[in-house]
Order: sequence, then structure tokens, then C-alpha cells
Amino acid sequence: MKKRNWYLTFGSVLTACMLVFIALGFFWTPYDPGALSARDKLAEPSLQHLFGCDQLGRDVFSRTLNGAGNTLIIALAVLAVGFVFGLLIGALCGYYGGAVDATVMRVCDAITAFPSILLAMVVIAIIGPGTYNIIAALGILFIPSFARLVRGEFIKYRSRDFVHSARLAGVPAMRIIFVHILPNTWPVLLSGLTIGFNNAVLSEASMSFLGIGVGPADASLGRMLSEGQSSLFSAPWCTLFPALVVILLVLGVGMVGEGIRERIR
Amino acid sequence: MPKVFKRVLLLLTVASLLLISLCGCAGDTDNGKKDPSSAQSDELSDGSSVTVGIAQDLDSLDPHRALNAGTSEVMFNIFEGLMKASPDGGVIPAVASDYEISPDGKTYTFTLREGVTFHNGNAVTLEDVLYSLKRCAGSESDGTPLIAAFSNVADIAADDRGRVVITLTEPSLEFLNATTAAIIPQGTGDSQATAPVGTGPFSFVSYMPQNSMEMVRYEGYWGTAPKLEKVTFKIITDVNTLVMGLNGGTLDMVIHLPNTVAAEVQNNFTVLEDTMKLVQALYINNSVKPFDDVRVRQAMYYAINVPEIIDFVCDGAGVPTGTSMYPAFTKYFVPELAHKYQQDLTKAKKLLADAGYPNGFEMTITVPGNYEQHVDTGLVLSQQLAAIGITANVQEVAWETWVSDVYKGSQFEGTVSGIAASNMTAREMLERYTTGHSKNFIKFSNQEFDDVVSRAMTTMDMDEQVTLYKRAQEILNEQAASLWLQDLCDLVVMDPKLDGMTFYATYVLDMSTIYYK
Repeated sequence: MKKRNWYLTFGSVLTACMLVFIALGFFWTPYDPGALSARDKLAEPSLQHLFGCDQLGRDVFSRTLNGAGNTLIIALAVLAVGFVFGLLIGALCGYYGGAVDATVMRVCDAITAFPSILLAMVVIAIIGPGTYNIIAALGILFIPSFARLVRGEFIKYRSRDFVHSARLAGVPAMRIIFVHILPNTWPVLLSGLTIGFNNAVLSEASMSFLGIGVGPADASLGRMLSEGQSSLFSAPWCTLFPALVVILLVLGVGMVGEGIRERIR
Repeated sequence: MPKVFKRVLLLLTVASLLLISLCGCAGDTDNGKKDPSSAQSDELSDGSSVTVGIAQDLDSLDPHRALNAGTSEVMFNIFEGLMKASPDGGVIPAVASDYEISPDGKTYTFTLREGVTFHNGNAVTLEDVLYSLKRCAGSESDGTPLIAAFSNVADIAADDRGRVVITLTEPSLEFLNATTAAIIPQGTGDSQATAPVGTGPFSFVSYMPQNSMEMVRYEGYWGTAPKLEKVTFKIITDVNTLVMGLNGGTLDMVIHLPNTVAAEVQNNFTVLEDTMKLVQALYINNSVKPFDDVRVRQAMYYAINVPEIIDFVCDGAGVPTGTSMYPAFTKYFVPELAHKYQQDLTKAKKLLADAGYPNGFEMTITVPGNYEQHVDTGLVLSQQLAAIGITANVQEVAWETWVSDVYKGSQFEGTVSGIAASNMTAREMLERYTTGHSKNFIKFSNQEFDDVVSRAMTTMDMDEQVTLYKRAQEILNEQAASLWLQDLCDLVVMDPKLDGMTFYATYVLDMSTIYYK
């Protein structure tokens, strides 16, 4: 009998729960996440406000739902940018090799050499804050890791017999790259994607935490953590719930990634 | 499967260990606070040094070139002028021992105090004083006075009795306040920015940009010597880090903490409440559309609810101003103006429609991110303005960016910030809004206002001056030159073992009176 893949099971269930929770936020929040209320400043969790209220009387439950949504969207967009460009660059470099490959990979090395948050801060300092700018800044930073991953896989496959025979049969290079080789790399890419997703969530949270992420009016898990920090002991609910969401989301997706890797083995 | 559980178990153990160690830390600090004889508190009061957290970096150490109120506030401890600010808002003799103003208000004569020395040990001479005053008047720049009030100076000289005589072009009742400008040793103009030397109760030790400034007690001070030996200012731009610094024991004192964090520190610290002595406003760039239309500005003023803002950011402890003057200026402050614009959405919508914006518009409110009060105020304003269809996006910028782009460059639509007076004159708060003035960052321009202010500046009749300055404030209010909000509440939080905080009517922090009980 096949051994059960617990990572995958737990991870999928947890991730699914979190996604349902976040998806709920796109359609419904009990209060307007941006609505201020002087009367409810730092209100404790109650039936009216499940997760309590923050220092401006905003409902933490609504903000957590909304903030998790924003964080998720930014993380997915960052992942998409990094993945698409990383895939293209990695595939072409890995398949063709040569001088261009060497040059592009050195550029990637240069980007990786910087601490990613630092580099993102520099980019934000130049192009200014804002949701799209964060996506661009983080997206660029995520390209090298994917490019490297994909390139490695392509180098592995380009000298395989099925590629040789396809080439001899006159199949165009693009078709070999995307139809013949790419599908073989999916398992590795998938687990790379889950790691990348977690990194993207954490990067967005850190950027917003440091105050260079989304604007003050927008909710974001990182921003909520930073805002709630000043009342960490007097009103722990402002930080507890957003922190829990980050932890569970990252834990869930991380376990899925681990599960996928285990399955390949 | 067991592997998974093992890991989860490990994770839980580590997490709970962390939690326990955190609780342990909190317990320790509590004990330390309750028992003054414990080893920890001995260590804190060691050498009677104090570390003060401040939220903004110093723009220049050169006393004549520093622009930010937050800089002069701190440097007040190092520099003195012929006169210096007194807690009640007036000025008292410092480097000068006595002064005389001619009846026509054009000649100011100062007698120098005996025995005043610079931090380098040298006695203050007549040459030093003349050099310093001439530098303020522009002798080392391209002729433009480094301190605006000195543009009125015709001549600076010594008389045959060794006194300093300043002759003015136009008579002025208020010039005395400008003589709080720092006296520095002759020829040190170029080195002041790196190695400031003054005559104040503390002498400068070191400064690390964006990190800290250190000063020690000056033993040769002419006045009452400070009780503290050493004061370190830590520059921490994030309010949460400031609170953590207090709770963690790295900071003994923090100035200008917002009310929102009071709950976090009030159990273990002395919390003193005052107002900041500044005018917080939604400053509006009067030169850009649609804000060049007075009806738009008035509509916005009618749309907002100032008491609600004060409730949000100050728990009701701020004081509404209604104009560019704060209540501590009792002589010039006009309390009625604070309630001139009561929230009235119908009126606001009508004004906005008359101006051609029946559906509102979109604008950006730029806020300096290191001041939580201003960020929060921006958010509340944004919500209030939404009621008349104005979509105000709050954008956070770093303090340095705010100074260069907004304050110096006027690249903004609306901005929430506080403006303080560097000396206790109504002129300081009002002249800046005259047409073309270098500090007129809101680009306000009004003929009547210019006339009233220039008449007020030159009159020699005190009552007339008060009337004129009050009129000038009314114009700022009528024209809604900006949405004047409040004098913010100000919290000074310090170690319970510290005492002696003196609140001034101006934006200064006097460390010389603070001591360990």
C-alpha cells in the first residue's frame, strides 16, 4: 500500500481553508476595512468586532480579510512576474547555452548578491511607493531564482535522447523548449513555485511592515503588524490575527511544496 | 507521518519557549521598576546620563543654517543668543546682560554679560558677537540673511562703551526675539556644521547622521549648571521603535509621542501632557488647481470635523486653532476663529458645486511617515472629505523627502504637518504666508494679507500691532489658506526617576532642568 503523503494532505487542507477565508474577504467584510470610528478605538474583541479594533477604530477582522486579500494578490502578481520572465530567461539560457547564457547568469548572480529587501527598498526609493511599484520591484527580484531553477532543468534535459531525436526530426527549437522539455520540469517548478509564493508573501509583508509597501489607507498584513506594534501589549489583537494569517498561509503552502517534493522522490 | 509530528512538536516547543522567555523579560522589567534599589535601576542612573528618543534627524548643526523646528528644539541646549527663550514665551538676557530699545524702535543696544565663555574655553568677546550677528545678516552667504528677520538690519556695530548696537531699516517691536540667534566664536562659521561651538549649558560631543547626537554638561556655563552630565539624543523615526526603546530600557525619555501609544507606556513611565506649540493643518498648495479657488478650500474646511480629528489623534487633548497661530500665543491668538468653520456638508457641497466640482475630485495628501499623528490625521481627513466626493489618497513619504519636495519644493496638493515658530513672535507664524516669502510653501497670495502683515511688522504701537496681526489671522481663516486644525497634544514620556521637565511656550526642549530624583 502506498504511504500517505501527510504533508500534501495537511498542506492542501490548510491552504484551502486559508484561501476560502481570503476569498470571503473579496466579496464580504463585516465593516468597511478603511472606516474609522473614534468610539471604537482599540476596542477589545467582541461579538460586534470579532478581532477587536485598531488604534483608529477600524475593525481588525475586516482589515485582516481585506489585508490578506491584498497581500495575496500582490504575492501572486509578484510570483507571476518572476515566474514568467524567469521561465523564459531560464529556458532560453539553459537550452542554448553559450556566451549569452553566461552573461545573463552573471547578471542574475549580481541581483542575487544583494539582500533582496534592500534592493527592493532602493527600487522603491527611486520609482516611489505604491502597489504596482512593489509588484515591479519584488517581481524583478524574483526572476533570478526561477531563471536558475529552470535553466538547471533545461541543461539536464537538452542532451537527452528524446531531445536529440526531436531536433533531428526537424522540430523547431521553440516547440522543443515548450512542448518537449517544459512539461518534464513541472514537478520541480511546482515546488519552486510554492517556495517562491511563500517568499513573496513574506517579502510583501516585510516591505509593508517597514513602511515602504502599500499606502497608509490600504490594509496589508505587514502594515497591520507594523501599526499594531505600538500597542502590542495593551491591544495584542491588532497584531495577533494578521500574524496568525501570515503564519497559517505560509505554513500551508510550504507543506504543499514539501508534499510535492516528497511525491517526486 | 511521525516525522511530521516531530517537526510540529519541535515548532510548538520553540514557540512556547520564545513566549515564556518574553514573559520572563516583562517580569524582570516590572520588578526593576518597582524596586528602586535593584541592580538594574542603579545601572540606569549611572553617571546621571539620559538617552532621549527624537523622531527626526537634525538638518544642520550650524545654528544659523538649521531650518527644522526639531533641530533648533534640540540645539537650544548648546547655543544661546544675546537673548534666549524663557518658558513663558518671552525672552530673557543670555549672552547679553542688559538691553535697550530706542523709542523709535530702530536701535537696539546690548550690554554683554561678563564671564560668558564658549565651550572651547575662550571668553565671549565683542568681536565674536559682531561676527555672529553679521553672519546672520548674510556676511558669509551671498548677502541673503541666514536668518530672515535680519533682512531688516541696516548696521551692526560696537559703540565706544563696548556695547553692541544694531540699527534697523524699519522700526520693529519684535526684533528682540530675533536676537536669540546663536553667538558663535569668530571665524568658526564653516566648522559649525561639523563641530558646533556655542555658549549653552551643554557642549557638543558627537553626531552621527540618522543615528544620534551626544552632548555633555559644560562646566564653565555662566548660568545655573545642568544636573545631568550627559545627554544622548537617539534619532528613531519609527514610533513603535521609540516605544520599544522605552520598554526595553535603551531610552530614558521620549518627546513628542502620539497619544495612541500612551496606553503602552503609562504603567511604567511618567507621562507628561502638554501641547506641541505648533499648528497642525492640512496645508494646501494654493497655486495648483483646483485649490487656487477659495470656494474649493472653504468647501473642504466645511466638510471636515476638527473635534473628531482631535478625538482620533489626541483623545480630545489637542486644541483647535482655526488659523496659523497656536493658543500659547495668548496675546495674538483669536479663539473664535477655531470654531468659524463647523462641519456643514450641505454648505460644503454647494461651495464645491459653485466652484465647478459638483462631483468632487481626486487629490493626494502627502504625510511625513515618521509622525504617526500626521499619518492618522491624514486618514481621518480622507474619510471626512469623502463625504463631499473628494477622494483624498494619503501618501506616506520619508521626512527628508517631505522637507525637500513639499516644504522646500512645494511639490504637493495637500499635506498634513505641523508648523512651529522658531522664536516667540506672531510675525514668525504669519509673515511666512505673505506673497513670495521663501517659507510660503503653500503659495498663498493675498494683497490685503500682505498689507496687514507689513503694517503690523513696522508699527511701533503695541495695541495696533496686536489688532493687525489678529486681522491677518482672520484673513487666513476666511480665505481657508489651509485647513488649520489644531495644536497637537504632546506627550513627554520619561523614566519615573527623572523629574524637572520644563515646558516652554515655544518649540524647545530644555534638558538643563532635568534631574534624577
